[in-house]
Amino acid sequence: MSLVLQTFSSVKDANAALQASGTRYLGGGTLVVRAANEGDVSVSSLVRVTDPDLSQVAVSGDRAQLGASVTMAAIARHPELAALAPAARAVGGPAIRNMATVGGNLFAPAPYGDFAVALLALDATVAAEAGEMPIEAFLAGRDTSRAVVTAVGFSLPKPESFRFLKVSRIKPKGVSVLSIAAHLQHTADGTITSARIALGCMADRPMRAKTAEKALLGCRLTAEEIAPALSAVGEGISPITDPIASAWYRAEVLPVHLGRLLLA
Amino acid sequence: MAKVPVQFTLNGSEKAEFIESGTTLLHALRDKIGDTSPKGGCHQGTCGACSVIIDGELRLSCLTLAETCNGADVRTTAGLADGGVLHPLQRAFLDAFATQCGFCTPGMIMAAKALLDRKPNPSREDVVEALSGNICRCTGYEPIIQAVLTAARANSQNAA
Repeated sequence: MSLVLQTFSSVKDANAALQASGTRYLGGGTLVVRAANEGDVSVSSLVRVTDPDLSQVAVSGDRAQLGASVTMAAIARHPELAALAPAARAVGGPAIRNMATVGGNLFAPAPYGDFAVALLALDATVAAEAGEMPIEAFLAGRDTSRAVVTAVGFSLPKPESFRFLKVSRIKPKGVSVLSIAAHLQHTADGTITSARIALGCMADRPMRAKTAEKALLGCRLTAEEIAPALSAVGEGISPITDPIASAWYRAEVLPVHLGRLLLA
Repeated sequence: MAKVPVQFTLNGSEKAEFIESGTTLLHALRDKIGDTSPKGGCHQGTCGACSVIIDGELRLSCLTLAETCNGADVRTTAGLADGGVLHPLQRAFLDAFATQCGFCTPGMIMAAKALLDRKPNPSREDVVEALSGNICRCTGYEPIIQAVLTAARANSQNAA
C-alpha cells in the first residue's frame, strides 16, 4: 500500500495540501482507510489536522457547535446533546463510534451517514476556513469539496420536537435500510406549524422530503391527518440498491416507517 | 519510500519501529512487532476481529494508521494474561466454550474488556451492545455473552 500521511497543526496548511490530486482528509479513518484497504487507488495521500479546536463541543443557550473531529461516541455521551444521542448511537458499533467523526459523516455515502440525516433535519450549518454554508448546499457539492470541514453548528431541538429512526435488519447494530429524522414544531393543540424531514438511503446522500414536509403543515399527528404526507414522502426519492435492500423495497417501506415515527 | 518512526506503549512495553507511511496499526502490530493477537478479518471496519484498546477506547486497528498512535497506550489480547494466569475474560471464554474457530475471540475479548473497564457489572443488554461491532460465525453469540457476564461476576466477587 502506498499511502502517505501528512500531519498539520493548522487547517490552513492542511487545506493547501488537500489541493493535490489523490489527497483526502483523514478524520477517524472509517471511510478513507477503509477505501485504501479495499484497493481504492485514487487515494494516495492523506492529510490530517491535530488542532484541538476540531475536537471541541460548544453548547451555549440553544446553539450547539460540534468540531469536525468530535466522535459519535463523544456526542452519544454528552449530557447537553441528548437529543442527538439516538442518531450518534445509530452509527456503527462501539469501536466505530470511538473513531467516526461528525465531519466524516457528512461525506459518508449511503447506506452510511445516518448522523448527517439528523443534521440535515436540524438545518445545520457546515463551517470551513472560508466560512459557513447551509448543510443542504454542502451536501449537494460535497463531491468536489476540497476544504477541511472544521465544525457544524445548529440550534438544539427541544427533545419532544426531534425524532430519529434508523431501520436495520440486524439489531442492535446493522447497516441502514433507511433512516429518518424529523424536526417538528407544533402549537399547544398539536397542529404542526413547521416540519423538516430528512431521509437516509433514499439517494446517494441525505435528502429532504419537501413534499411531505408541506403536507404535514396544519396537521395534527393522527393516522388520518398524516396520510397525505405519507403518500407524498416518496416524491423525488431515488433509493439505493445494495445487499441490505433493493431500491424498490426501500421505497415501499419508507411511508410505513415515517408513519411509525410520526405516530410514536 | 521513506520510513517514519512510530513509538507507543504496547501492553505496557515501549515499542519503537520505523514503518512505511500509511501502514495500519494492525499491519504494524502483526508484521513488524509480532503481536498476532489482533486478527485481520474484513479490513473494512465491519467484523471487529482487529479490535484493540487505544488510550482506554476500543478502536479498530485495521482502520487506524500506526503513525497516529505516537505516544499512545495500546492494549491487545496478548497482554491480558498475567504470566501463566489467564485474565478472567480469557478464563470465562474457555470455560463457557465461547470460542470455536477462535478467529473473532481476541476482538470479542477486547470489546468485552472495554465494556468491563467502564462498567464492571453490565446487564445482558450492555454486553450485547458492547459486542455489536464484532462478528462471530461459529457460536451464535450466546456462549460469548454468557462468558462476559460470568467474567463480570467473577471480577465483582474478587473485588468484594
